[in-house]
Amino acid sequence: MRKLFKNFGVASVLAMAAAVPAMAQEVNIYTTREPGLIQPILDAFTAETGIAVNTVFLESGLIERVQSEGESSPADLLMAVDFGALIDLVEAGVTQPVDSDVLEAAIPASLRDAEGNWFALSGRARVVYAAKELDLDSITYEQLDDEEFRGKLCIRSGQHPYNTAMFAAYMAKYGEDATRSWLEGIKANQARAAAGGDRDGARDIAAGVCDIAVANSYYYGLMASGSSGDEQKGWSDAVKVILPTFEGGGTLVNVSGAAVAAHAPNREQAVELLEYLVSDAAQKLYAEANFEYPVTTTAEVHPIIAAFGTLEPDSQSLTEVLPFRARASELIDEVNFDTFTN
Amino acid sequence: MADMTQGRRRGRPDIAISPWAAVAFVAAALALVPILAIAATAVANTGGLWGHIVQFVLPQSTWNTLVLLAGSGLIATMVGTGAAWIVSAYDFRGRGFLEWALLLPLAVPTYIMAYAYLDILNPLGPVQGVLRWVLGYSSPRQFRLPDLRAMWGAILVFGFVLYPYVYLTARAMFLTQAANVTEVARTLGVPRSAIFWRVALPLARPAIVVGVSLVLMEVLNDVGAAQFLGVRTLTATIYTTWIVRTDLAGAAQIAIGMLVLVVAVLMLERWARRNRRFASTAQNARQMQRFALKGPAAAIAFGLGVAPILIGFVGPAIYLVVAAARRLEFAGLSNALLRATLNTVSVSAIATLAILAIGFALAYAARLHASRWTSAAMRIASLGYAVPGTVLAIGILVPVAALDRTLGGWWTAWTGLPGGLLLLGSGAALVYAYAARFMAISAGGIEAGLSRIPPAYDHAARTLGQSSSGTLLRVHLPLSRSALTAAGLLVFVDCMKELPATLLLRPLNFESLATLLYGEAARGTYEDASLAALIIVAIGILPVILLARTSNRIR
Repeated sequence: MRKLFKNFGVASVLAMAAAVPAMAQEVNIYTTREPGLIQPILDAFTAETGIAVNTVFLESGLIERVQSEGESSPADLLMAVDFGALIDLVEAGVTQPVDSDVLEAAIPASLRDAEGNWFALSGRARVVYAAKELDLDSITYEQLDDEEFRGKLCIRSGQHPYNTAMFAAYMAKYGEDATRSWLEGIKANQARAAAGGDRDGARDIAAGVCDIAVANSYYYGLMASGSSGDEQKGWSDAVKVILPTFEGGGTLVNVSGAAVAAHAPNREQAVELLEYLVSDAAQKLYAEANFEYPVTTTAEVHPIIAAFGTLEPDSQSLTEVLPFRARASELIDEVNFDTFTN
Repeated sequence: MADMTQGRRRGRPDIAISPWAAVAFVAAALALVPILAIAATAVANTGGLWGHIVQFVLPQSTWNTLVLLAGSGLIATMVGTGAAWIVSAYDFRGRGFLEWALLLPLAVPTYIMAYAYLDILNPLGPVQGVLRWVLGYSSPRQFRLPDLRAMWGAILVFGFVLYPYVYLTARAMFLTQAANVTEVARTLGVPRSAIFWRVALPLARPAIVVGVSLVLMEVLNDVGAAQFLGVRTLTATIYTTWIVRTDLAGAAQIAIGMLVLVVAVLMLERWARRNRRFASTAQNARQMQRFALKGPAAAIAFGLGVAPILIGFVGPAIYLVVAAARRLEFAGLSNALLRATLNTVSVSAIATLAILAIGFALAYAARLHASRWTSAAMRIASLGYAVPGTVLAIGILVPVAALDRTLGGWWTAWTGLPGGLLLLGSGAALVYAYAARFMAISAGGIEAGLSRIPPAYDHAARTLGQSSSGTLLRVHLPLSRSALTAAGLLVFVDCMKELPATLLLRPLNFESLATLLYGEAARGTYEDASLAALIIVAIGILPVILLARTSNRIR
């Protein structure tokens, strides 16, 4: 028994020693994005540069994880799917600034941090799916509480970050009282409980449960392209996508993005990966595989997404919207948005 | 009862030197840690969010939870008691099959039941499709059933998947205790139709309440079904307060509220069992004379008895098989599913071994040194069964994360290598949670098994020259083998099905079958979820078979 332990100990030490040189060219990503969505792009990066990419998926607690790991954290690149999450990363002090001409040239200034602490890599619009029978051509966010949609609206939980961003944007424009009554109107319009995901909106429209649904733009692409199966293609066949706007404004666009970790052990590789992610090849993959809006001005959207119409992002920057997130989240509770009482 | 292996020493309690007792006390202490941690975290400042939670979140969640408890308790009682009576009081073709088949919904966890029925009853799904065809409608826009995502939907789902708990306890009562009383009632002229309401039901009330308290525990524990069905319960609120709003102290405060509810349910069960006096003694226990049914009456009885099985098991099972087959055809077995299966099996196996070992220590310590300390240790270690998984997870997260930070700091100071999260990262926290939650099954089952071994065997072994460890290895372990196996099976399956605690405590990149399903349903991707669900239900049938066989053997 003792000999077994001794041999095991020697073997493990040797294994660790052998492992060290293997860690030469690699980069470690901590992401809250489902890894499947970004894997093709990372595979292309490895094929081109030979740098291995290790992805760690954290559904929640990304900041807590990195903070608790401290200086010895193996994280190089931190990726998040919501603008607020990116800012949280910076404010938690787990990022470091990056100075890169490539990144500054490729990404518009409004979609990256001035000091280079975070960079947007793709955009997604908060859109409205409408039943084709409805013959609806345009809609404003302000109209979501209209009486004509009483009992005909499907939306996911109000507390979900995709929605709190939208509600915060409304509050930034119109203030708390107007937002409260707007939310109460949307709640009155709910056809079913504010639960599930964005795709359930399309499914419920196909099922006749509701006529309009609030969802992210790329889900329609994922459904309509058939990559998620025939059943979901059927859902997307029943809906058409409208790019809503604020009155006198544009469409709400959120971003997914990345930041280099404060104590990144492979900093150079991380910056190299970032620069790859804004290259035409990668942005094309973002557009084609994920049906998102590229951030670079040179890349093109997927035809399915282009068919929605020209995207005109709202002039209010996401930075201006951020301070209202917390209050918007509280308002959701105050109007009892997530409990179905209709 | 003085243990022969340890001499009584003056002024020194002999339990202090036994390793079994030491393990038992440590286990009891570890079981208390999560509850104390919740209390401690709850007291911490939440920066003003607590006021908001108390005013706007707690009242609605509490109300939703109470309504859900009342409704599912009622449905489970009606279905479970009715089914138990039909199977115990009447004889008809297929009664024997119904007797064990009525337990089958135990194989389906609540979140899988919700997941399956959301698809089965969807306007685009099979049931409504047939309904529309029968009624002559072509589109769901012309006709559709009310949406299941409402309180009434949740009540029905929980009621029909959890009724077996009431069925089990009510049937045990009807089988063993009802015979004398019903016969006396018949001789006193109570008509047969009134026997149930006037005699059997009041007699079975304590047993029914025990069953209902188990149902209520399961409802409180659930986090998946309520979320899929859009009902905001306390458990779901705890979960979202931590995950979405990153407010651990707020989550802990809501958890305290839930513990109050749990205690209330436990008190209810105790109060019901107090009135034992109108149960007849075990010595007189014999089976009730079953009234034979023929023809249409027999068919009705069978129909009534098979309906809960169709709703609670057959429907979801068929749906899962079809959906899984379709998925296999579309995409085959994905790596994610295989990894999730491997993860689930390995963590459950490790946890089961640990839980069996500690449970055995608890039961053995109580046997060797029968004192109120050892029995208290066993009761405390079994507390976790009543604590909802989410609450337990929050209670474990706090101390384990703190321990992780300390350990990580020491490690880095000593070696200079990344500390990382040793306990949370390795799944140790998850095993801790499973142990806290399922110790009751292991300790209770092994205690029952050990109690069937007469002390005379111990004495005989010692007089024949066996040491205490020899007695353990050659007498106790072999004789309690069936209890160990049964407990091991139940614990293993429970670990595999577990969702709430796993969601919160799992290591990085760790998906169990249950969390895989939950994640997909929450995101609306519906890919491998049906396969994962099918595996869980298939494995869940094993304890049902075991339960059916042991309950048959009792008679």
